[in-house]
Amino acid sequence: MTYTAPVKDIAFLLRHVIGLSDIAELDGFEEATPDLVDAVLEESARFTGDVLAPLNRIGDLQGSQWKEGEVSTPDGWKEAYAQFVENGWGSLAFPTRFGGQGLPMTVAAAVQEMWHSANMSFGLCPLLTQGAVDAIEHHASDELQQRFLPKMVEGTWSGTMNLTEPQAGSDLAAVRSTAVPEGDHYLISGQKIYITYGEHDLTENIIHLVLARLPDAPPGVKGISLFIVPKFLVNDDGSLGERNDVQCVSLEHKLGIHASPTCVMSYGDNGGARGYLVGKEHHGLVYMFTMMNQARHAVGVEGYGIAERAYQQALSYARDRKQGKTLLGKGEEDQAIINHPDVRRILMTMKSNIAAMRGLGLECASAFDRARRHADKDVSERMQRRGELLTPLVKGWSTEVGVELCSLGMQVHGGMGYIEETGAAQHFRDSRIAPIYEGTTAIQANDLIGRKTARDGGQGMGELISDMRATLSGLAEHDQADMQAIAGRFEAAISAAETANEWLLAQSDASLAAATSVEFLMMHGYLAGGWMLIRTAEAALVQSQSPDADTAWLESQITLARYYAERMLPLVESASTIITGSAATTVSLSPDLL
Amino acid sequence: MKIIVGVKRVLDYNVKARVKADKSGIELANVKMSMNPFDEIAVEEALRIKEAGHAEEVIAVSIGPTQSQETIRTALAMGADRGILIECDETLQPLAIAKLFKYIAEKEEPGLIVLGKQAIDDDANQTGQMLSALTGMSQATFASKVEFEGDHLKVTREIDAGLESIQVSLPSIITADLRLNEPRYAKLPNIMKAKKKPLEVIPVADTGVDVSSGLSVVEVNEPPKREAGIIVNSVAELVEKLRNEAKVI
Repeated sequence: MTYTAPVKDIAFLLRHVIGLSDIAELDGFEEATPDLVDAVLEESARFTGDVLAPLNRIGDLQGSQWKEGEVSTPDGWKEAYAQFVENGWGSLAFPTRFGGQGLPMTVAAAVQEMWHSANMSFGLCPLLTQGAVDAIEHHASDELQQRFLPKMVEGTWSGTMNLTEPQAGSDLAAVRSTAVPEGDHYLISGQKIYITYGEHDLTENIIHLVLARLPDAPPGVKGISLFIVPKFLVNDDGSLGERNDVQCVSLEHKLGIHASPTCVMSYGDNGGARGYLVGKEHHGLVYMFTMMNQARHAVGVEGYGIAERAYQQALSYARDRKQGKTLLGKGEEDQAIINHPDVRRILMTMKSNIAAMRGLGLECASAFDRARRHADKDVSERMQRRGELLTPLVKGWSTEVGVELCSLGMQVHGGMGYIEETGAAQHFRDSRIAPIYEGTTAIQANDLIGRKTARDGGQGMGELISDMRATLSGLAEHDQADMQAIAGRFEAAISAAETANEWLLAQSDASLAAATSVEFLMMHGYLAGGWMLIRTAEAALVQSQSPDADTAWLESQITLARYYAERMLPLVESASTIITGSAATTVSLSPDLL
Repeated sequence: MKIIVGVKRVLDYNVKARVKADKSGIELANVKMSMNPFDEIAVEEALRIKEAGHAEEVIAVSIGPTQSQETIRTALAMGADRGILIECDETLQPLAIAKLFKYIAEKEEPGLIVLGKQAIDDDANQTGQMLSALTGMSQATFASKVEFEGDHLKVTREIDAGLESIQVSLPSIITADLRLNEPRYAKLPNIMKAKKKPLEVIPVADTGVDVSSGLSVVEVNEPPKREAGIIVNSVAELVEKLRNEAKVI
């Protein structure tokens, strides 16, 4: 099963909804003009479709293999990764002073969707490198940046995130790994688990970012420091030196993403791995969050990326497979299952939700671009709040919906979907990790209700709702039946969300807020995704007035938005009812009786 | 030495061609267009020749509407040094295209012109040969291998009977066949640099070349739909059907 990147959808969204030309006017993003971005998207589509997508199945079947501390990736992966590096894809959004191309995060997110659709296990390697580069770039000394970043930006060295230990998963306060100062460096010891691409044969060196405690560290999260621990030490002239005291002791056996090596890492078995402190002592967790916010957004992109792949596969099967007399087929020749109304429902659900998630993923990325580069401080701060508010939605909502859509993709295949050879099952298995890693959905929901909503008294949330209301009033100007139908549903959904927001902000009992926090997250995801689709529909309506418009395609965008408004936006209303009416019952039963 | 390479903007090879309702041609509005695949091979070969040190400059030339600039940018992103567009909104016949390439050749004096053997839209397979006749440059068509031997080229050609090796003197025209090479992917930094490379636009009227054609398209039709096959029971029945139904024997 092949993959063809939806370049037209992405390019339209960037140009007419996200406002790519405004981003290209920000300081430092002058290169990112719409015509350049079109060329980048086209070439990325070619590369991901021709090179990465065909390796997806091989990756699933062979998996990465561990042998005496060494990990080998599946056949063809090394060559593909070398090509990926040679073509410069890893360096897209990195700063030019370290050899990157300095393009906006918005463009990077658009390109990264293609990596994950084509081959999610492959995409994880550069995803982790990106997080590590961000953390080093923002927090490490100039000397460490010079030593590590150029090769990481290039992609010849990869990066990892070492947070989790057996007793310290979602709760990092329990981290036990230690760091003992020795001269200009530290000696790191301890065990880390779930380390994605902790060991592999794709790059010359692997740069681990490791959380550990100094001997005099205060307990809890305030005593965690962040260290750079390279697999091979790096000499002063930049060449590789001796092997550091870090080993991959085993690989986990997982439900999906078989080709992505999930490593158990052991530091300091022979006296201590040499590590370099990033920033200040005891500030590690703050620094790690730089990396995590980036990575959380990227995992959200993964959520809809993998759903897009599942959609393409389901669509192609639905067009080919004939079964039963269809209610929508027009004649003998037109009896593929795509003409069963319920198959249409599934495909419409997949297509509209993917478009909504993509819209939100790119909107969030563009908020961060504006936050970083906008000259007006008020706009910049507002956009920072927006990006931070949307991040848990992109991560939590897109990955949960991503799993549902991959499951629906399987459903289109009937029994064949459950058979591995078809390939639909792989997408479902692969997608299932996304709501778990980089902070489970519950962690995202906590972040949303606590740090992102309650802490600022609902300011960021209020701004978002008010932008949605502005879009809603704009809809009244279009004397068009679809837009009017959409407006009615949108108004009801916004009002329902406002009720839930008020309930949350008035909640003094944290356990009640937490009991329905995931509904709260999903509700805002569906609403914000709907907002993006409605803006897309509006842009399509405007564009359809131009002389050589592709009317059929533009009208399809309006129909998709209407479908979503009619079938998904009511979920916002039901979620609001659940949030405000079920919290007490959820936590009322004694654990003994569960 | 300069190399000129021709790049044509055509309906993307993945898109199913549809005839316009008035049968005047193929529907090209709002469909994906890209570089003719044989031209991609031609660009790749020109770049390899330059990278091997046999040439200093690769110039990508297209003849067509304004949007053909995108096709030239694609060639520039692959590594060509500069581009020339002869802007022309009408569809030109191969003879006119060959004359315009001759105009460019007189201006640029290339040592080599590399073209695709044909374009996948009209499949004419004439421009290279006509250009050779017009300019007097040697021609090596359907090339699957190009080697430099002193000031000559040894070119392996794909012909019906197999492979033919010929020697041509420079300046020469090569037309690229499918197996000549595998075109590279454009590198991200080169895509970004391509924007800044020079691209000269010459209106066709300014060339003074007569591009009128004696041909006009009467009508374009879909190929007849294929009927489902049948299994015959005997050779006699087959012969009978070939004679009376298909009327081919």
